[in-house]
Amino acid sequence: MLTLEGVRQVFRSGQDLVVALAGIDLVLDRGDFLTVIGSNGAGKTTLLHVIAGNLIPTSGRVLIDGEDVTATPAHRRARRIGRIVQDPLSGTAPTMTIAENLALASKRSKRSLAVALTRRRRREFAEVLRPLGMGLERRLDDPAFLLSGGERQALTVTMATLARPDILLLDEHTAALDPANARRIGELTEAFVERTGLTTLMVTHNMEQAIALGNRLVMMHKGRIVLELGGEKKRSTKVPELVSLFSHRHIADDELLLETAP
Amino acid sequence: MVALLMHAAEQGLVYGIAALGVFISYRILRFPDLTVDGSFVTGAAIASSLVVLQGLDPVVALAVAFAVGSLAGVLTGLLNTRLGITDLLAGVLSMIMLYSINLRIMGRPNISLLRAETITRSITALFAPLGSAAVLVFLAGIVLFIKLVLDFFFKTEVGLALRATGDNEAMITAQGVNTKTMKVAGLALSNGLVALSGGLVAHYSGFADVGMGIGTIVTGLAAVILGGSLIRSRRVGWMTASVLLGSLIYRIAVMFALRYGYVIGFQASDLKLVTSLLVIVALVVPALRDRFVRRPKPC
Repeated sequence: MLTLEGVRQVFRSGQDLVVALAGIDLVLDRGDFLTVIGSNGAGKTTLLHVIAGNLIPTSGRVLIDGEDVTATPAHRRARRIGRIVQDPLSGTAPTMTIAENLALASKRSKRSLAVALTRRRRREFAEVLRPLGMGLERRLDDPAFLLSGGERQALTVTMATLARPDILLLDEHTAALDPANARRIGELTEAFVERTGLTTLMVTHNMEQAIALGNRLVMMHKGRIVLELGGEKKRSTKVPELVSLFSHRHIADDELLLETAP
Repeated sequence: MVALLMHAAEQGLVYGIAALGVFISYRILRFPDLTVDGSFVTGAAIASSLVVLQGLDPVVALAVAFAVGSLAGVLTGLLNTRLGITDLLAGVLSMIMLYSINLRIMGRPNISLLRAETITRSITALFAPLGSAAVLVFLAGIVLFIKLVLDFFFKTEVGLALRATGDNEAMITAQGVNTKTMKVAGLALSNGLVALSGGLVAHYSGFADVGMGIGTIVTGLAAVILGGSLIRSRRVGWMTASVLLGSLIYRIAVMFALRYGYVIGFQASDLKLVTSLLVIVALVVPALRDRFVRRPKPC
């Protein structure tokens, strides 16, 4: 489904070169759910940018279904890649209504001069929102900026489901929420991924979450993948073990900001 | 007095079309586009020279004015999105280029339409039974038509994508929309309307002058901001209505200022100063209110 071959990303910062990704090789099969952990600056978010097309890697290749998309601009990959990031503000258009946001997301093919919000689509959108149990189905005409962080992130996840992507990229998408909402959005995402069998890549700082979700786990450090766990091995690993694996690899330095609590 | 008010209303409607153009760039795309100071004149230049020098039908001349105005918007859009020139500078560059182009189109600094077959004359002749109200009714009809077409457009799939481009560019890119194309298209529409307004103003007032576009952006903003403070709705239909209302009120205020302003020593030449001050106040007041009164932030 998704293949990264020797992806390097180097940024120029004044006179210095900053290596954000130092050669990443990764193959995700259809339906794989990979969690990515690592300290700040490990290159996790850069990795997502490269996959989504916001960054063109300095060298290496990105393939989706065997097709080389290394230099394909983000908006042309969008049909296949859904993405949810940490900041709840970034996934929705604030002054547009909930229904309009859903209409934007449910259309990823060529856009026409047809009316975007028919009565039928509004009913469909209300049905999609009802299971969230947040009452959003009664607020279809409220602008998105009126929603709380949790509500907005729930809307963003719903928008991702409507677009039916092949690959879902999650960048600490529950980190900015209070624990109750974080759990709720986590469950929502999990249910969505399970239902659709999406290929998913999730960046998280929460070790517990990294172990609990998905079938594969990688740990990144300084632009490299330093540890990979899969299948049975991943399921049986406990948080303390994972932390000690970190330390064992002499990478548990002061940069590490790891939440071990749920 | 009635005649004066009618006159002000007519002006409010004609300039209201330009205000709708400014609304699209400034409010929808959040692109402060100074091209309009040039494209307004381009519209006037084309609509007059085609009628006076080429003897074309006024309706055709105005349609061409709209089309060429759109091209001016495309130019600014390409300077910004393809060449990476900042929005303000891209608009300024287009505006200055248009100054020369407008002089080329007209072949001289101004054209008189006093003896020409203008749209206003055709309308007055066509709707003779309406008497002196003919022009007002005709303008109201055109403006209403444009407003309704815009309202419809902003509810279509493309229109929604255009609004989202100004609202959250990163998000709509992730939804598969090329925001560069959207900006170019939006600026084309905006400047087309401004040029159409310029063309109508030339026909209405009987002349085109190379300097007539100065301050189009400011009077447009005045209408957008004034209307927006009177009708606080985020529904597109209400927003376009508010722009037109703002333009009408602005022109009526100008009429009073010109007529009775001499009491406080006001001169016609002070108009642009006062209008700009008005816009500054209108921009600063909400910011100050937000600072002193705590309330949920409407991003």
